[in-house]
Order: sequence, then structure tokens, then C-alpha cells
Amino acid sequence: MSNKEKHWEKTKGLMIITLIIWFVFGYLIFMFGSDLNTSSFMGYPLAYYMCAQGSIIAFVVLIFWFANRQEKIDEEFGFTEKEDD
Amino acid sequence: MFKGNFIDNLPKIYGTYTGGFIVFIILMAIAEQAGMTAKTIGILFVAFTVCIYALIGYLSRTVQVDAYYVAGRQVPTVFNGMATAADWMSGASFVAMAGGIYFGGYTYMAFLVGWTGGYVLVSSLLAPYLRKFGCYTVPDFIGTRYGGNFARFCAVVVLTLASFTYVTAQINATGTIASRALSIPFELGVWVGLVSILLCSMLGGMRAVTWTQVAQYIVLIIAYLIPVFWISNKSGFGFFPHFMLGEEVARLGALESQFGLVKNAAADVKAAGVPGGLKSIAVSHAGVPEGGMAAWKFISLALCMMVGTASLPHILMRYFTTPSVKAARKSVAWSLFFIALLYTSAPMLATLSKISLIDPNLPTGIIGKPIAEIMQIEWVNAWINVKQAFIADFNGDGILQLNEWFMRGDVVVLATPEVAGLPYVISGLVAAGGMAAAMSTADGLILAIANALSHDIYYKIIDPKADVRKRLLVARALLIVIGAAGAYIASMRITSILGAVAWAFDFAMSGLFFPLILGVWWKRATRQGAIAGMIAGLASGTAYLIYVYPKFMGNAPWLGIDHLRFGIIGASVCLVVMVVVSLMTEEPDKATQQMVDEVRVPSGKTILGKQH
Repeated sequence: MSNKEKHWEKTKGLMIITLIIWFVFGYLIFMFGSDLNTSSFMGYPLAYYMCAQGSIIAFVVLIFWFANRQEKIDEEFGFTEKEDD
Repeated sequence: MFKGNFIDNLPKIYGTYTGGFIVFIILMAIAEQAGMTAKTIGILFVAFTVCIYALIGYLSRTVQVDAYYVAGRQVPTVFNGMATAADWMSGASFVAMAGGIYFGGYTYMAFLVGWTGGYVLVSSLLAPYLRKFGCYTVPDFIGTRYGGNFARFCAVVVLTLASFTYVTAQINATGTIASRALSIPFELGVWVGLVSILLCSMLGGMRAVTWTQVAQYIVLIIAYLIPVFWISNKSGFGFFPHFMLGEEVARLGALESQFGLVKNAAADVKAAGVPGGLKSIAVSHAGVPEGGMAAWKFISLALCMMVGTASLPHILMRYFTTPSVKAARKSVAWSLFFIALLYTSAPMLATLSKISLIDPNLPTGIIGKPIAEIMQIEWVNAWINVKQAFIADFNGDGILQLNEWFMRGDVVVLATPEVAGLPYVISGLVAAGGMAAAMSTADGLILAIANALSHDIYYKIIDPKADVRKRLLVARALLIVIGAAGAYIASMRITSILGAVAWAFDFAMSGLFFPLILGVWWKRATRQGAIAGMIAGLASGTAYLIYVYPKFMGNAPWLGIDHLRFGIIGASVCLVVMVVVSLMTEEPDKATQQMVDEVRVPSGKTILGKQH
């Protein structure tokens, strides 16, 4: 496998992991909304908290994490851009 | 004071600007104490901020193609994040979201999840690759990846339909705010709004829109957060509302069961003469509705909004302006960070507003008190007079019940500062924030449509030999034409029949989502497949919308897929048709496959040249 192909394999892997985490916070937990609401977090019912703040914060963290991981992958295969800001 | 080039000085420039804006707020507060009228303060807030945006728009004027279309590809990550956040958060997000949560509770909050989760798709599937491609517009990518003018044309059609659905609502919002703050008729307010919008974009295209959007983000976030924190502190709900309103949410649950959540019969509401668009609380604030169908409705709405986010051209094109592929990725993260600052505050504002109104133990509470007494309150009177609030004593006991208090959703943002007894300067600030939110989104949308028409239709299809001067002239003329068309429709007050903002997301996902992502992620995707997918997706989505929308054919939704969710049908048809047709046709030629390989690698030259 060429360098490019290996790089793309790893990129694809990262994309799939990212989308699995996205699915969990965007959909999976809300399939069990009424069960979640029986417990609480910081005094908020859990399902309410997850849509008001929890999932949104998870998405922000997820994208920062994704961007850093992808940069590492690019670096590993020597595809880092030269004229960076 | 500012040595060196503009980009290096950005933090200083916007720091000074933020400081200046805060000084302006303080001056207004002093003026209010000195006896300036509420009306003058409102006018000054809107006029002052709009003049600043116009000044930025003028200073960012340009005669270069890449500055006009992609801001010269030099917008730093964090600033592009702020600009995207302003681009994204519309007048509706600013004014109506807290109201939506106030009335819709947990069920409505599917929009919060949907309007944020889409950025995960943008960052992992699209933004970095489109940046590497080096396109000026979204149809530019479709046209080059799949080849041929017809594919490009189909993408322009989807883009125009989705963005135009959205833009009339934004011009409508600027008109409403301008007319209220400046005390002019709505029809005139719409045109004043349009002129303000065009001042920001006409001379400098994407470059001017970028720098005004950053300025607008700063105004709108200050205008949203100050009231939330102030109310929470003043009423003693907690120093940091986001972490401290758990008790209040629980208390709301207790009050709901005490008063009872009554859904008024439509006939009763009509008989009592409640003005259109006003609602009473009938849904639990934090409670999750039981059953699989309710969960599916939550998830399907979130899905439509997320996939729609990743297909809306005015958002995608913001990531064409970063200096590198790496910066495009990071910039998506910053965008969502800046959006989250407002989105996580909206439920808190809704909670504060609701508890202030319905808790009888609080001095601001009105539910459970004699109606004659409530009618003496100044703000209640003021909002009832302008038909934004209404009291209907259904059971005739003279006491205001939860289901007898009607209000328009916008009132939550616009009136809560007043209800909590904040000075009027805050209401002026909120008007300026709403104006900033609506203007920035309108600018992004109008520019997306005008750029697609000028670059993809005029330059690429009609007259490929046009020189730079002529191209930019056409681009600017189109900006005015599209803005005027939007303002004309908004001034006719028929926006309600044009449907919800959600439709823009459904249209975009029906026609563009799969052609975009498969263009990067599936080499086998062919031109015929993409064209067939776009046409079939858009046609089936639109047909289903007509079939299901109450004002059109009004048939029963299939599997709960109503008119807010028709993109599920459109996008699924698009995917199936695109895959089947692609597999039936000959695979793309070597050059195209090589191009896709190149897109997947962040380093190296962009596919399309710097000037194209």
C-alpha cells in the first residue's frame, strides 16, 4: 500500500470513530430520554441537561479532538502543510 | 497604534472595538439616568451599530476576485469561527429560540442538538476537503469534481432554493427590529434593513462580510449574555446560571403539576379572541414525552437539522476563507464553540423567564394572581397593547391560570429584561443584538446566492472570457437584485406561507448532502449519478413536502415525517438514485480519480488555481 493509501485508511478510521461518538451524543442517548431523566446531573434532569448543554459541549470537544488527531495523522505521513498560520 | 499588516492586528482591532462598544453601553446607561427616553436609546443602539458595520464594509472594499469570493484566503481560525457563528445564528436563533424552549420544553430542544451536531459532519466529512479543493462556491466543487455545466447548474438550483427560503425570513427579522427600534412602518423597515445588509457586502464581497460578521458576533453575544447573567443574579437564582439553575428546573416541574398542563381547545382559543401566533404553556419544561414515536420525532428532527447544516452553502463557504486545510478543521471547532456560548444560554434564559412568570412566590410571578391586579402591571399592559400577549379568563374565576396566559415566543427574549426590572438600556442592547444576528445571516445567504449565480452561472457557463472588472460588476448587481427580491417578498408579509426556517435545511440536505460527501469519499461516484441524485432528491423531497404540509395537500405524515422533516425522504432518495446510477454508468476517468486522491491529501497545491 502506498503512503497515500495508508494515510487515507487512517483518515477513514478516524472519521468512523468521530461519527460513532457523534451518533452516541446526538442520537443514542436520546432514544432513552425518559430513562435518563430519572437521574440528575448538577441538579438538572439528565436528558434535559444533555440537550441543554451536555451534548453541545461533547460536540465542541469532539471536533477539537478530531482536528488534533487528524493533524497527527497528516504529520505521520508527511502531509503537513508548509505555509501554516 | 496599529503597526504591521491588518491580519496581525486583528486581536487589537477587535479588542478596541469591543471596548468601544462597552463604553457606548455605559454612556447609554448614563444617558438613561439623565433622562433620555427609551425610544431615543433604542434608535441610537441600532443606528450606531449599523453605522459601524457599514464603515467596516466600506473599509473592506476590494477589486480582486479572490478577495471578493473567499476573502483572500487569509482569515485566521478563531476569527473565522466568530464570523461563522454570526453567519449561522439567525434572527430566529437570537429572538425565537429561547421562546421555542419556553413553550416547547424538551421536545423543542431537539433543535439545539440538531443545530450544533451538524458541525461534526462539517469538520470530519467536508470542510477540510472543500478547502483543499480551492473552490469559490459550493457548485464550483460539484461542477469540477463531476464535470460539466449541467451538474454545476443543478447544484446552483438547490443552493438558490435552500438559501432563498432562509433569506426572506432574515430580511423579515431585520425589518421587524428596524421598524420597532426606529418607529417606522414595517414595509419601510424591511428596505432600511436591506440597505444596511447591502452596505456590509456590496463593496467587499466575502472579505467585507467576514469582517462585519466578526463585529456582529461580538455585539450579539454581549447582547445575549448580559441579560442572562444579570437576571439570574438580580433575582437571586445563582451567580452562574448555566450551572446553578437545577433547582429552578425542578421547581418548574413542581409548578407544572400544581397548575396542571392544560392544552386549550383550538375552538376556545379562537372564541376568546387570542391573536394569531400567541401560545400558552402546555408542554412540560424538562419532562421527556413517553413512547418510541416521541423519541423518533426528537431524533429525526435532530437528524434533519444536522445533515442540513452540513449541506448549507453559506456555512460551507466560510471554510473556503481559511489560510490552510488544517486551519479549516480547527475553524469548525471554534465556530461551534462560539455558537455554543449562545445555544447553551438559551435554555437558561427560557428557564429564568418561565420561573419569573409562573412562580407565585416571586414578586414577578403573575400566574395564580387576580387578573385585575395583573392588568395594572406596566409591561403586561404594554405587550397586550401590541398584541404580543393576551389574557383569556376561560373559567371566569378572575384568577390567571397557566393556560390563560398567552404570549408570543419572541417576548421571552425581548421582554424578560423588562419583567425582571432591568434598565431600558438592556432592551436597546437586545434590539442591537437581534439586528446583528439577522443582518449577519442575511448577508451570508445573499452572498452565497449571488456568488453562485455570478461565478457558476455567469462566468463559468455564460461568459468564460469575462474580465475581472466585469465579473465583479455582475456579482454586485446580482447582490442587489437578490436582496431586493428577498425584501420585496418580505414586505408583502407572505413569509409565513413560505414556511419554516427548517425547510432550508431539508431542501439543502435533499439535493446537496450526498453529492458533496460522495464526491470526496467515493471515487466511483459519476457525473450521471450526481445529476440524477440531485434532481431525484430535490424533486422527491419537494413532492413529499407538498403532500404532507397542512397548507398544501395536508395528508397524514408517514412514520411521523412531517413537513419539518421532509429532507429524510429527499436525502434517502438522493442517496439510492446516486449510487444506483453511478454503478450503472462508466467509472470516472483517470484524471477525475487522481483529482479525488489529491483532495484527500492536505498538503500541496489546491485543485483549482488561486484565481479561476
